[in-house]
Amino acid sequence: MSELKVTAIKEGTVIDHIPAGKGLKVIEILRLNRVNGGVLLLAANVSSGKLGRKDIVKVEGKFLSEEEVNKIALIAPNATVNIVRDYRVAEKFRVSIPDEIVGILRCPNPNCVSNHEYVRSRFHVEGREPLKLRCHYCERTIEGDEILGNL
Amino acid sequence: MDWKGRDVISIRDFSKEDIEFVLRVAERLENELNEKGSLDYARGKILATLFFEPSTRTRLSFESAMHRLGGSVIGFSSAASTSVKKGESLADTIKTVEQYSDVIVIRHPMEGAARLAAEVADIPVINAGDGSNQHPTQTLLDLYTIKRAFGKIDGLTIGLLGDLKYGRTVHSLAEALAFYDVELYLISPELLRMPKHIVDELREKGVKVHETTDLEGTIPELDVLYVTRIQRERFPDEEEYLKVKGSYRVNCELLKSAKESMKIMHPLPRVDEIHPEVDKSAHALYFRQVFSGVPVRMALLGLTLGVIE
Ligand SMILES: [Zn+2]
Repeated sequence: MSELKVTAIKEGTVIDHIPAGKGLKVIEILRLNRVNGGVLLLAANVSSGKLGRKDIVKVEGKFLSEEEVNKIALIAPNATVNIVRDYRVAEKFRVSIPDEIVGILRCPNPNCVSNHEYVRSRFHVEGREPLKLRCHYCERTIEGDEILGNL
Repeated sequence: MDWKGRDVISIRDFSKEDIEFVLRVAERLENELNEKGSLDYARGKILATLFFEPSTRTRLSFESAMHRLGGSVIGFSSAASTSVKKGESLADTIKTVEQYSDVIVIRHPMEGAARLAAEVADIPVINAGDGSNQHPTQTLLDLYTIKRAFGKIDGLTIGLLGDLKYGRTVHSLAEALAFYDVELYLISPELLRMPKHIVDELREKGVKVHETTDLEGTIPELDVLYVTRIQRERFPDEEEYLKVKGSYRVNCELLKSAKESMKIMHPLPRVDEIHPEVDKSAHALYFRQVFSGVPVRMALLGLTLGVIE
């Protein structure tokens, strides 16, 4: 297996084992692409023993919290997060789905108040496998592709 | 559970103990009202009724409840005449209205509007219907009506008839009945069956559920027949509506095979699901059901205002 060499970072966060093609979405959800942020690296379509193909996101000078990173569990349930300090992995964890998903998912119900008023969307996690969310406002449940389609 | 300041948004927020407590307080208030004629628990308190879409019955029921408690009422019953038309946000409307009142009752065409209002307001908010989502006071008054008529809810066999697919009322009633030891018959046209996730949930909670299209065959089993209207406006297309329109009609002929004690309920308004000849029979409970809305709403207003414990 050939390992693509991507610039190592001195300090920051590396999110590994993102399903191929979802790396950009991860960057978007975590808002890593803002100007004045640290150097951001996306390695897309990297060979991986586990996934076949995967994406990797590295962000320099930023230590993402577990909570922040858990948001991406919706699209990358197998992602791993490495906190890098002085070129070494200081901490490593798997993402997990939080009990509440706030602000990153739009409610698919067009008549839901969260799509009309100034309010952050909010979902309660009712089931993890398969993933089932309930809108805090309209109480409608969403599952599977409907979740991915509204991220 | 401390009721003072509590919001009443969704029947899903209620435990069985909460429900039982409200029903007990409602019964107490109904008896007191019968004795004294009027009460003064809420004297000096103001209810604001914010009806962003018209629903005269529900509004009158809340207003009556507040007046019976000795309080007073302000409000509007159409968004057209308010600053909402000028583009004011729901949050701003709520923040403004709470300066004038002690408790808010809201009806809004959008799902989740009552929840949002409750998050914004410091005073209690009671949901009087948010789109096709929740109408918790209706469910409580339905339970209260059953309890008053039979002295209990446990042990009854209850039939839910009509539009079980789109009917908000029957969804939350079924969910609330799952707290009790009841047997449920879900009677509807094939096209309007109760959503599978609700049926599954009922079974998981140990309710004996039967799904059927056969009203005539089911009638003899029932203690309560809860009839709902098939609502044209809920249908995505007219053709589907025409297929099921007028599927069931409850008349005296049909009721010959019912238990003598069997009661018929309906959230009203009805169209042609129940023949007017049924009104005079001992089976008709639907006008009594309308009355039940008053003590139940009195209980909720009094408890959330903190003037009744
Ligand atoms: Zn929603």
